[in-house]
Amino acid sequence: MGSFLSFVRKETLHIIRDPRTMLVVLLMPIVQMTLFGFAISTEINNIDFAVVAPNRTSAIRQQVERLAANAYFTYKGFISPKETDEVLRRGETDVVVVFADDYDRKTLSSALSPTDGAAIQLVFDASNPNIAAAGAGYLQQVLSVGGPATLIEPEMHLMYNPQMKSAYNFVPGIMGLIFILICAIMTSVSIVREKETGTMEVLLASPVRPIRIILAKMIPYFALSCINLATILLLARYALDVPISGSTAGIVAISLLYLILALALGLFISTIADTQVMAMLISGMVLMLPVIMLSGMVFPIENMPKILQALSTIVPARWYIAAIRKLMIEGVPFAAVLKEFAILSGMTLALIGIALRKFNDKLE
Amino acid sequence: MNFSNAIEIKGLTKRYGPVVALDRIRLEVRRGELFGLIGPDGAGKTTLFRLLTTLIDPDEGQASVNGMDTATEYRNIRKTIGYMPGRFSLYPDLTVDENLAFFAALFGTNLRDSHDLIDPIYRQIKPFRTRRAGKLSGGMKQKLALCCALIHRPSVLFLDEPTTGVDAVSRSEFWDMLAELKAKGISILVSTPYMDEANRCDRIALINEGKVLGIDTPQGIVSGFNAPLFALHGDDMFGLLKAARCYAGVRTCYPFGQTHHLVTESGFNAVRFIETLSAEGFSAIELYPVEAGIEDVFIQRMENESGQSHIG
Amino acid sequence: MNRDKVISVKNLSKKFGEFIAVDRISFEVERGEIFGFLGANGAGKTTAMRMLCGLSYPTSGSGTVAGYDIMTQGEEIKRHIGYMSQRFSLYEDLTVWENIRLYAGIYGLNRRQTLRRTVELLDRLQFRSEIRTRVGSLPLGWKQKLAFSVATLHRPEVVFLDEPTGGVDPVTRRQFWELIYEAAAAGTTVFVTTHYMDEAEYCSRVSIMVDGQIRALDTPTLLKQQFAAKSMDEVFRTLARDAKRGE
Repeated sequence: MGSFLSFVRKETLHIIRDPRTMLVVLLMPIVQMTLFGFAISTEINNIDFAVVAPNRTSAIRQQVERLAANAYFTYKGFISPKETDEVLRRGETDVVVVFADDYDRKTLSSALSPTDGAAIQLVFDASNPNIAAAGAGYLQQVLSVGGPATLIEPEMHLMYNPQMKSAYNFVPGIMGLIFILICAIMTSVSIVREKETGTMEVLLASPVRPIRIILAKMIPYFALSCINLATILLLARYALDVPISGSTAGIVAISLLYLILALALGLFISTIADTQVMAMLISGMVLMLPVIMLSGMVFPIENMPKILQALSTIVPARWYIAAIRKLMIEGVPFAAVLKEFAILSGMTLALIGIALRKFNDKLE
Repeated sequence: MNFSNAIEIKGLTKRYGPVVALDRIRLEVRRGELFGLIGPDGAGKTTLFRLLTTLIDPDEGQASVNGMDTATEYRNIRKTIGYMPGRFSLYPDLTVDENLAFFAALFGTNLRDSHDLIDPIYRQIKPFRTRRAGKLSGGMKQKLALCCALIHRPSVLFLDEPTTGVDAVSRSEFWDMLAELKAKGISILVSTPYMDEANRCDRIALINEGKVLGIDTPQGIVSGFNAPLFALHGDDMFGLLKAARCYAGVRTCYPFGQTHHLVTESGFNAVRFIETLSAEGFSAIELYPVEAGIEDVFIQRMENESGQSHIG
Repeated sequence: MNRDKVISVKNLSKKFGEFIAVDRISFEVERGEIFGFLGANGAGKTTAMRMLCGLSYPTSGSGTVAGYDIMTQGEEIKRHIGYMSQRFSLYEDLTVWENIRLYAGIYGLNRRQTLRRTVELLDRLQFRSEIRTRVGSLPLGWKQKLAFSVATLHRPEVVFLDEPTGGVDPVTRRQFWELIYEAAAAGTTVFVTTHYMDEAEYCSRVSIMVDGQIRALDTPTLLKQQFAAKSMDEVFRTLARDAKRGE
């Protein structure tokens, strides 16, 4: 055990002696989180709205005045239905409130059938999903309080972002990406560096089994990733106000599993690559792209062609991101992500098995 | 199997695609011997080291270290050997002491156990113990690497070109250290491209293009030179070189330090040769018989091997 | 200025902070000389050579290489010298011809010059059959000879060789030196560093650097007399043993 600890110490020294890389690794999650966080402002100060109303009845006027008087809404005027799209696209307004032709009848009628459609339609520019989501809720509240009846069912047309992407949704994505980056790229590069410089020859010619050296290599990176995990969770909770409504223990558990999987991936890559550049390239092509493209981080999996959907099932990040989304945002109990947990466990075991089998204690 | 041999190699062949890196090598290194592998880059020295240090397996033949087969008993071999690869094999970002501590841990030992062995070498780098290995001079790196290779008291030491790129003084110091280690009973296999270092070995193997050109003591190798050899000197050295090659009875002529070496047929008439050259206008010609050196033998064997003259 | 002094430096120094890598060295190299530049590891050889090649500027001192001022005309110097080292010489993934064409292009040779000199070069090395061979698959000795010929393709006034024969077999090493002799006989000045002491004997004159200074400079014969030594190896050891600093 003493020798194992000194291996860990040596790897830790390698990391500490390269402060630039360490800084990048530690700052990366913070930078990414703040970037996404600020790009998607979570505060709603001022929502511009325009109104479409074929019949400007007094009930409608009343509603518009009530909205305009509210500090959070700015009235931009009446427009014709045809202008709706254009006005939104040009950014002249954030939302268009469309009153139905027969608004009065619908709001007065107590026997409204579902087929009649809503009395008020809210058309949002949802390129900023937070404004859309929060604004919609608030608008509904104001309109229904002021309405003579309780049966207002505003319809939402989120025009440019039907998936309702938001900072919330990016947090699991960033987690899926960052852990792969740090664990897999850093481990594979650090192993391949020893091949490149020739120290691997001395290690292999020694009586120590390579697996111990490899494990010792993984531990510091595992620790580093745990710091990142903590950073991300804290930032998500307190800077981005992600609810983290599910079980925190569950989030941590599945994240640790994912870290081990990423480390195993790094080990696997190191058995294929002979140079550090090669290790970086393989990590970039084989890990980064699928994580970004196929994991559901950017593009929703349901909208992908069938073949890509099938392909995405072998991307570990897909399952991890899905699980984190459920736990963190939907707030379901851990039992709801057992499937993802099982798949990730299987992948981890398989990867470790393949990597160890491939990791020879000879040079070729 | 004769256990008095530290290393035994029989018919060892290694191929990389169409390239035959080692071609039916056969040699023995006796216990306590300082054995030199002398040959240029690409001769197959590094491949042989990797085979013997159990890093790769041979295509044909077999080798044993301390009586253990390199292919099947490699785990046991690894406990008893020290290896210094040709490339700088330390961690440049770790200090001298950190490197030593790591290699000690690698072999499950500590510095105290091998103190008597390492101290004479370690003492020379001790003033730099907190310096990072990457910032050491070439000679210092080499000494540190040797310390690391000795830390577990190996009985056989493998040193792949330890003196390449090191200046003549550091090289000489390094060979002194090897002599001391040998005196402590360690068997050493060392390779070098510098022919002049061959004389520091007990026995040597000349190796070129994967083949052994000869194995013997340095004296034995030298006495195997089987042609008259002269040193030639004069004012216009380059002109002399060309003129001598055209002269009948001269097999080859090549620069050798401050003189040219002239390998001739038996019955070569030196006086006639000098007269002829003088008549061609060369001045201050000196010609005298010399003892062949390792390099002369190497050149001769290389030419015998390829069946043609490379020089002249 | 004396045209026959291809290299002429006076009190050349280079400091890195407090560290004096090269300490007021002065020497001259004449046209057609083979000048051996020896020194222990860390004596400052590489730093001095970089200044002479126009790759770095001296901290103080003055000098000319190929008629250009090393303090101000680094770019001109680069154009008029050749350089070859053991580490970097040719592109291994290009063929012999592609390498030659590349160098010819870098030094601005026109098409006719390029073709003529390529044929000359290949004939001299008996290399014609290898013109389409990738350099990476040539034996080391061939590569080194080719690299030297390519480094002198543009007929530089002086060619700098940094340990050109490291690790090469004794036969090829000698063939390489014959190329050097030929180039020198044709008027190219050769400035060479080496760790093989027998090669020091092949030089017209030899300088030996210790701790940033040139401690000895003369023909091999006179150096051996001066130090009462049998070989250049002995001369070198006598001087380098006193070295105070490592690399």
